Amino acid sequence: MFQIRIHGRGGQGVVTAAELLSVAAFKEGRHAQAFPSFGSERMGAPVISFCRLDDHEIRLREPVQEPDALIIQDPTLLHSVNVFSGLKPNGYILINSRRSFDELGIADFVGTFPAHHVCDLGASELAMKHVGRPLPNAALLGGFAAISGELQLDSVVEAIMEKFPGPVGEANVAAAREAYREAERA
Amino acid sequence: MLKQVEGSAAVAEVVAFCRPEVVCAYPITPQTHIVEGVGALVKAGTLQNCEYINVESEFAALSVAIGASATGARTYTATASQGLLFMAEAVYNAAGLGLPIVMTIGNRAIGAPINIWNDHTDSMSMKDSGWIQLFAETNQEAVDLHIQAFRLAEELSCPVMVCIDGFILTHAYERIDVPTQEEVDAFLPPFEPVQVLDPAEPYSIGAMVGPEAFTEVRYLAHEKQLQALRLIPEIADVFKDVFGRETGGLVHPYHTEGADTVAVALGSVNGTIKDVIDQMREDGASVGSVSICSFRPFPLEALAAALAGAKRIVVIEKSLAPGLGGVVASNVRMALAEKPVPVHTVIAGLGGRPITMTSLREVFEVAGEGRLPDIQFLDLDHSAVEHEIVRARATRRSGPTAENVIRQLNPCRPAAKA
Repeated sequence: MFQIRIHGRGGQGVVTAAELLSVAAFKEGRHAQAFPSFGSERMGAPVISFCRLDDHEIRLREPVQEPDALIIQDPTLLHSVNVFSGLKPNGYILINSRRSFDELGIADFVGTFPAHHVCDLGASELAMKHVGRPLPNAALLGGFAAISGELQLDSVVEAIMEKFPGPVGEANVAAAREAYREAERA
Repeated sequence: MLKQVEGSAAVAEVVAFCRPEVVCAYPITPQTHIVEGVGALVKAGTLQNCEYINVESEFAALSVAIGASATGARTYTATASQGLLFMAEAVYNAAGLGLPIVMTIGNRAIGAPINIWNDHTDSMSMKDSGWIQLFAETNQEAVDLHIQAFRLAEELSCPVMVCIDGFILTHAYERIDVPTQEEVDAFLPPFEPVQVLDPAEPYSIGAMVGPEAFTEVRYLAHEKQLQALRLIPEIADVFKDVFGRETGGLVHPYHTEGADTVAVALGSVNGTIKDVIDQMREDGASVGSVSICSFRPFPLEALAAALAGAKRIVVIEKSLAPGLGGVVASNVRMALAEKPVPVHTVIAGLGGRPITMTSLREVFEVAGEGRLPDIQFLDLDHSAVEHEIVRARATRRSGPTAENVIRQLNPCRPAAKA
């Protein structure tokens, strides 16, 4: 089983991100379970969502405590929430930020992970460029597909288009594709 | 058709396939997505011949449902938590009048202290109202139980609650085989009411009944639940023939044969329990579990059969009867009256506290060693409790308990401004 935890703030699409991951996995014939952290979500408040991927039925209902991968939508959370809690030693870290791990003050911690498992991606900037709004979801999902190899970019694209048909989906897909290329290069 | 979909959305879709003629809606977390979903299907014209009524409260929601059902309309509503309490009088009336309303409960804790998260206290508060209560283990079962619930309710003329764990199921996206309209039509016949308020043939329902007949009318309500004990497995069998899936029924045993320690629970926590059972069996432990699907009627015989041979029972329950312990455990003990074995109560998951594999495994291991107390609160913070007990004893005006405990656990929390 592969477990993903997503940290963000209310309004950034934290819950939608987990949903889209699960839909992308479903399109590949896998089992997936996505669920939010069940808080009283408010704009700007820290929000967590989870996604589990497996090749058979997922029965477990506890929150993800030892994730294989972390997606951090907002780097300001690094200093207010223990986002790295329980992350597996060989886990993946994807952060929405154009700043280096050094500038974010987490270089030492991130350095303990395999270099190709960690990535800081300017997902909000990619969203501004393609979508015109700083919603980093699609770009982060593209980036996640690239660094983890758990999902094909094509199924992420399909999931995005299903949720947001038409021009909105296409703009998000463009952000996801560019993020995928960037994350692959990095 | 297989879909990756939110539990609430799938339930809304399948409720629409059941062709309700009246849906009374009042939103309350975590049930809201369901009635919103049904509303959207009515608006889109997908669900036709359905009166969707926005009411002003939960009391109104069920009161309107009672009126609608009494005219012979297939009627649906949904609620949770305080909403169920607010409609309490109507809950008893719907059952007492024998009206086959189907209501989803998105299970949530009851205040005070106010809490929006999952446990089973809401459904438990209405366990003796005369409604049938079915608990879904997965979202697939939640979907399937709604189809079965309409058939069961209408065959008996008795209301049915389908209880789904709030957030854990209602807000989870997972793979669900959502049936088609044709499949549901093949399983669920049109509603043939046993009583109809009809101006052409007028009569009244809801008579005042004195001591000479009240016991008899109440006995018949009990007898109806006993009929449901027979009917629930029959309907599950027919369902399996039509849909090819085993869902519903009275109880779901899991590796109970020859198991010394058997866990019993309602709802979605059974998934986590099964994973723990698999893990422990790999290590040679003699453990199994039983998921109770039908809590009312309570399946005394089916449960006794499933638990025969167990040396001890550990009931994991998401509700607390203060001053007693566990409601489910008390019922399980009744099932074992002839061959009593220790039945331990583990109060878990109150107000959304996660029930983890680690904690469950520890409880089952301690039980296996014969060291589990009669009642245990899973992952209880003993020091927080002790601290508050000592503090409250020391000061007469010790203040509100909930606020004191929160302040103690979150010392950095800024004090409220005067």
